[in-house]
Amino acid sequence: MKGYRSINRKVMLFLKICKGNPIFTVSLLIVSAYILIAILAPYIIPLDLTGKNPPYLPPSFQHPFGTDHIGRDIFMQIAYGSRDVLLLAAIGAGFTILFATFGGALAGIYGGIVDTILTIIIDVMLTIPSLPLQIVIAASIRGAGNPIILGLVLAITSWAAPARSIRSQVMSIKSRDFIEASRCLGVPKIKILISDILPIIMPYIMVCGLISFISAIYSIVGLAMIGVIPWSEMNWGVMINIAANYTPALLSFRGIWYLLAPLIAIVVLQLAIVGLSNTIEVIFNPRLRERYETK
Amino acid sequence: MKWVYRRILGAAITLFSTINIIFFLIRLMPGNPIDFIVTQYIEAGVPYEEAYRFVSTAFGIELNKPLHLQYIDFIFNLLKGSLGNSIVYRTPVSQIIFSALPWTIFTVSLGLSLSFLGGVFLGLLSAYKRNSVIDKILQVLSVSSVAIPNYIFAYIFIIIFCRMLNLFPMMGAYDSLKVKPGFNLPFILNVMHHAILPILCYFIAGFGAWLLRMRGTSVSVLGEYHISFARLRGLSSNRIMWKYVGRNAILPVFAIFAINVGYIFGGSTLIENIFRYPGVGLYISRAVSNRDYTLMQGIFFLLTFSVIVSNLIADLLYSFLDPRVKTE
Repeated sequence: MKGYRSINRKVMLFLKICKGNPIFTVSLLIVSAYILIAILAPYIIPLDLTGKNPPYLPPSFQHPFGTDHIGRDIFMQIAYGSRDVLLLAAIGAGFTILFATFGGALAGIYGGIVDTILTIIIDVMLTIPSLPLQIVIAASIRGAGNPIILGLVLAITSWAAPARSIRSQVMSIKSRDFIEASRCLGVPKIKILISDILPIIMPYIMVCGLISFISAIYSIVGLAMIGVIPWSEMNWGVMINIAANYTPALLSFRGIWYLLAPLIAIVVLQLAIVGLSNTIEVIFNPRLRERYETK
Repeated sequence: MKWVYRRILGAAITLFSTINIIFFLIRLMPGNPIDFIVTQYIEAGVPYEEAYRFVSTAFGIELNKPLHLQYIDFIFNLLKGSLGNSIVYRTPVSQIIFSALPWTIFTVSLGLSLSFLGGVFLGLLSAYKRNSVIDKILQVLSVSSVAIPNYIFAYIFIIIFCRMLNLFPMMGAYDSLKVKPGFNLPFILNVMHHAILPILCYFIAGFGAWLLRMRGTSVSVLGEYHISFARLRGLSSNRIMWKYVGRNAILPVFAIFAINVGYIFGGSTLIENIFRYPGVGLYISRAVSNRDYTLMQGIFFLLTFSVIVSNLIADLLYSFLDPRVKTE
């Protein structure tokens, strides 16, 4: 009974937060819708690779975005493409934030020579333009079709910026009194990091993760647009590439929906994630949360 | 002075790391491009010796030498500026790059400086009129500018300005049929006409980040005592805004200029590809589709080199603007 009540309280708190933050609510709904579509697409939307409809149909109730140059439903491609893009971006952002937290936290807590070396590495990685580096790596290796390897490529090229801000967060918390107290008690640094510092900056790390997710989507769609990632036709970037270069979408308005649909899908998703990242700190910051709890 | 040396040392370390990354990618990694091309040639029936010789001249690496000598050769070649021959075009890579790089630097530097100036000005305005309607509108605009990828702006601009309004040409850097390259007015006007949309893309995709940062630093400067004191002295609002707030708030914003340089150089790859603008970004994507590894590594090296140099310039300029960093 007690457990039920505590869950009930958490749900009530969550609803209160949603009510107070319309941007958060809308963004959360949109992102959930994308994830739901990505998971459920194979079960609710029949896959059609050959094109059973007439080409260049305008948007209608049956085909929300119309059909493409060979008569495939565009919404079907967007839905299946979201699986590709969301999965790759999630893996990429996951690895990025893992590396960034590891590097940034170690540099921040240990200081001295560890900090110097890590800072030099971070500065070097920040200087090298990441998209060209991703292009060169993805084109040189043989395994760019593997989601894990691609995620690692994205992470290696983009962990530096979040690592730098996580480092400065760790350093600012390290100088507070309660950390000093733990140090005096002889608690090892790594334990202080895990049990005292990381929980405090968790919301911050989550925001960094969402920002990494946004740049991962940029990279994945971009790499697919110029054909570095091995061809999978349902990737949004590949759709943009085909629409712009192999159909007359840019020359006449025939088939413009094939180009616009992935663009709209990307814009709505990116704006929703930015909305989440701008509001998430309010939700997870204990001090700001008190405001909702006492209301 | 010590500070300057440290910056130059940092730039040298970055350059050295870039060279190492390239050497690792093309030579040391399992399944690397050099091994891949050699096997491709041998499978196609080219004699072993000849395949080696072709790859050696293309990459500028003697494959018969021991690996550490190959490495030293490679470093000296890059530092001398010889980047090997393009596998597809069979001409020196440096020649291709030097015909492409000016276009990229022209559009990217204009786009970057315009977005910096615009973002800083609007950010100051937004901080000054915070919580007003203008501030709210500017914030929504800048969040969208940060969130929406630059290639989406490129396609939207093409659809609106090229297809619907027919105001600007859709691709290329100039009409080779209409104007003659050289220092003449029609050519310059034609080049500007073609460059406006790419520059607009860099501007729109870039100004939001500057605006948000400038607004943040300006708001914190506005809370300081010397601003209240300036108000008490009865100084005009314009003067406080420019001389007292703007000058102090712009410094931390300029400090992150360096990071953005790399980002916008990287982003030019997609923009140039969409507009078929003959800069290095277009060539890098062509190199990818042709599997032209020497051209790819050459462009990557030169892009990184330009970013390192512009970072260094930005850093030195910053120390000139804010002498405090030197004593840090």
